Amino acid sequence: MDAAAVQPRFEPRLARRKLYGTIFYGLCILAVAILILAILILLVDVFIRALPWLSLDFITGVPSRRAAEAGIWPAILGSLLIVGLATVFAFPIGLAAAIYLEEYASDTRTNRLLRTNISNLSGVPSIVYGIFGLAIFVRALSLGYTPLSAALTLALLILPVVIIVTMEALRAVPRAQREGAYALGATRWQVTARAVLPAAWGGILTGIILALARAIGETAPLILVGAAGFVTFAPSVLGEGFTVLPMQIFQWAGLPQADFQGLAAAAIVVLLVMLLLLNAVALLLRARLGRHIQW
Amino acid sequence: MTVAASPLSAPDGAQPQADRPADSPTVRTRVPEVAASTTAGTTTDPATDEPGDVVLALSGVSLRYGAFRAVRDVELAVGRNAVTALIGPSGCGKTTLLRTLNRMNDLVPGFIVEGRITFDEVDLFGPGVDAVAVRRRIGMVFQKPNPFPRSIYDNIAFGPKINGYQGDMDELVETSLRRAALWNEVKDKLKQSGMALSGGQQQRLCIARAIATEPEVILMDEPCSALDPRATLQIEELIRELKSRYTIVIVTHNMQQAARASDRTVFMTMGEDRAGYIVETGPTNRIFTQPTHQLTDDYVSGRFG
Repeated sequence: MDAAAVQPRFEPRLARRKLYGTIFYGLCILAVAILILAILILLVDVFIRALPWLSLDFITGVPSRRAAEAGIWPAILGSLLIVGLATVFAFPIGLAAAIYLEEYASDTRTNRLLRTNISNLSGVPSIVYGIFGLAIFVRALSLGYTPLSAALTLALLILPVVIIVTMEALRAVPRAQREGAYALGATRWQVTARAVLPAAWGGILTGIILALARAIGETAPLILVGAAGFVTFAPSVLGEGFTVLPMQIFQWAGLPQADFQGLAAAAIVVLLVMLLLLNAVALLLRARLGRHIQW
Repeated sequence: MTVAASPLSAPDGAQPQADRPADSPTVRTRVPEVAASTTAGTTTDPATDEPGDVVLALSGVSLRYGAFRAVRDVELAVGRNAVTALIGPSGCGKTTLLRTLNRMNDLVPGFIVEGRITFDEVDLFGPGVDAVAVRRRIGMVFQKPNPFPRSIYDNIAFGPKINGYQGDMDELVETSLRRAALWNEVKDKLKQSGMALSGGQQQRLCIARAIATEPEVILMDEPCSALDPRATLQIEELIRELKSRYTIVIVTHNMQQAARASDRTVFMTMGEDRAGYIVETGPTNRIFTQPTHQLTDDYVSGRFG
């Protein structure tokens, strides 16, 4: 008994345990470094190629067979129009669906199935949405190869994402907030509209903008509903013949001449700047709307 | 059967001693003690044991979540302009009982009320009674302060606005904040966020918010459990002031708080089936100095719970 009591019952191996921590820390740093390096190389490469081609004329010009005269104005307008319209369609429907699923629907088997399937929908390849858009909007509804068809297709594409992020934002509002409103004699709608939504706006808008960022980079589904590679006029909602930035990039990148590769790089830079602006707006909104919210 | 001698105790067959550990030495002596003191309590002055003007009356009330019975056989009268404290060990159903009174628990799926609860002599769960309307007249303050992420002013104005208040909002906000003893601290920063206040101030803001809909009853669910002792004392002082206008029912784990701030105390515990029930009800003074039941005595003296 005495011997057992004297013998140390712990073997701390402190140095070794700390070493494991250091090794893991190093691995994490390495992973982050690889990521940053890859992005940097990509960006620097694109910028170097794009620099000679970036000019005001490039942004305000229309595509041309002569690289020196080519511009991306129709593509910028097309992207803004289609993504803007898609948001107008997807936002109210997505918001309402999310409010229903999160605040109203009871936790039945059907509703759980519905929720799971919405998550699954957000993982469906975008080309599938393109085929759907072609069959339904372009053909069945006879909307033609127009920006309207494209916007409806993109709206369907981002709808699951909008619903999911909105549901998450609503779920992040603590139950105590809902109960506080109920306890003051609020109806369910008043609780939702005046207590839950205002507290969730920051998260909802951030999510919507991230969905937009996804939509603005989509190419494949738009090819199916009529996006063309050579459009020299500004798009109109119901007019056939339109293009978008990623489509323009895809078109130029496929051409053999080095000059057009440069144009593609320049268009990529413009697209990246647009994405960056969107993300900046998202950050700003989150900071402003969530300013004094800390649960 | 000796237990049933008290009007508010558990019915036949309920054996409160089941709550006590079997090896507790006091269990064996409990029965004669209870019998003796019950008789004393009921014969000496029964008048003081019932509130005069009853706002909320519960008779034969059992509360269930689906198949689970959380609270059973409640007989309780809540007197007007008085502070009634609900005390008892964790899980005995105090909060469930409290949240039944403003029909907050209607929001919990599977929640069932049996028995009869009247509010100003109207059946609280009667067919013509709307839970939303009830909640304006029976306000609630929660365990953790839950101000809305809005300005102090808008926090107070929220309830009146959703209930279609027609009067002068500025005046109502000021009155509510004054009654909650918060006005002097916030009168120059009404536009600031309610969430920027300290915990004690936030809780008083929530009390002011409850006051603003001009309720008759204010339910408080452990309103000081997240506060420091100084803020706790402020709230207790406030509770004593508020009872001149409002009927207050407060759940508390803090025995001193019940003793300091309440007029009547309801002691609850739970049986072997985990269903809570009321052991005894009476003027706070008597509950703390001459409890009728051994269980109450053990609890208020800190030997149990």
